[in-house]
Amino acid sequence: MELSFYPGCTAHSTAWEFTKSTEAVFTALGHELKEIEDWNCCGGASAKVVDKMLSLGLPARNLLIAQREGRTLIAPCAGCFNNVRRALTAYEDGGEVAKALEEALGEKWKGEIEVWSLVDFFDREGAMEEIAARVKKPLSGLKVVAYYGCQMVRPPRVVGSSDWENPTALERAAEAVGATALEWSYKVDCCGADLGISHGGHCADICTRLGEEAAKAGADAIVVSCGLCQANLDMRQSKTSLPVLYITELIGEAFQCEGRQKWWKKHLTDPSGLFK
Amino acid sequence: MNAFAKEISERSGQDLSRCYQCGKCSAGCPSVEWFDWPNHGVIRKIQLGAKDELLKSHAIWMCVGCETCGTRCPNDIYISQLMDALRNMALEEGVKPAEPAVMTFHQAFTGSVSRFGRVHELSMLMEYKLKSKDYFSDLGAGMKLFAKGKIPFMLPKVKGKGELDTFFKNKGKG
Repeated sequence: MELSFYPGCTAHSTAWEFTKSTEAVFTALGHELKEIEDWNCCGGASAKVVDKMLSLGLPARNLLIAQREGRTLIAPCAGCFNNVRRALTAYEDGGEVAKALEEALGEKWKGEIEVWSLVDFFDREGAMEEIAARVKKPLSGLKVVAYYGCQMVRPPRVVGSSDWENPTALERAAEAVGATALEWSYKVDCCGADLGISHGGHCADICTRLGEEAAKAGADAIVVSCGLCQANLDMRQSKTSLPVLYITELIGEAFQCEGRQKWWKKHLTDPSGLFK
Repeated sequence: MNAFAKEISERSGQDLSRCYQCGKCSAGCPSVEWFDWPNHGVIRKIQLGAKDELLKSHAIWMCVGCETCGTRCPNDIYISQLMDALRNMALEEGVKPAEPAVMTFHQAFTGSVSRFGRVHELSMLMEYKLKSKDYFSDLGAGMKLFAKGKIPFMLPKVKGKGELDTFFKNKGKG
């Protein structure tokens, strides 16, 4: 399958290993990711704070680029995904806002393409079998908790999630590669998001609690699908130091994708010991 | 409904009259301990027309927009939309924010996007540090990320950045 790919700003910086592992895993699965042409920032968590139309206009431009390219758009970064879905919802709701977007960007949204997160990709029929079939080294004995955070699952009406309190796609993907996914009650809690910049201490309180709860559940590592969740959890657990892996890194290890040692080097807490 | 509540309602698209103060929103909020009032208290304040208090509150800046409250609200009131409307209004009216660091971060972030079309972390973080005068927090972690090549020098470039001009030009005008 060919998918349009929206990497987002962190793809070449703080979430470099997320992008590299996503590309490696999709290639191994026989899917092609085509980066959308000349994409811009989705607005992060900041545009909506500053101005509503700005926060919709930024992701709307990306949506229109993807529309021209005609393929389903996948945005592995949870924040980018959420913002693009917000623009999509604004178009679908119609009214003044949709009209204003159309006017400012000079193009109509036709509603012909879909927008996916990694969860949506994993929720496709046959996705788990497809992953399991390519495992070269099952991750037997590795215990993980999946952490979704906010942007992939909320608000449900915007992101199209069907199970926002207890999503299971990341756990199923982890199990498909032989790891054990444990139950815990914190999978859709918030990591503190951009408070990490302005109020590091507050964010550390949140991440420390998440780390402790993950450890209490018996996890060796936390599995995420969001650059900001990864950065906050990797940097700010103070009582634990569980490695925080992107789901694509976990799958990439089981697939024995090339170059994965470079992914581990980007982590503050080195996860390579998990795979010995 | 008072004029302020009506305006927030319109900007956010939320029906405030549906709130019956059950407090479920506040129970799941990751930031509530840093708010002036819990989430359902913010709704009450809007209903009461307490514009001044709200625009000067910590709550509107400490909300991270995680959407837990709105998602769990039995009456479908999306409080983060109310928070956004309040923050937008505070910026438009030039109200001095109770949490300047949060506002400075959001402005540095959107400033970076307006300059490059994408965020350039290095210059954005430097701008944030200079403007917030918070020079030293997380310096160690920042240096580690820098050493790992996670905060690159290279400036991003978006050819069609001009297509976004209208949004940046009209920002903060309500």
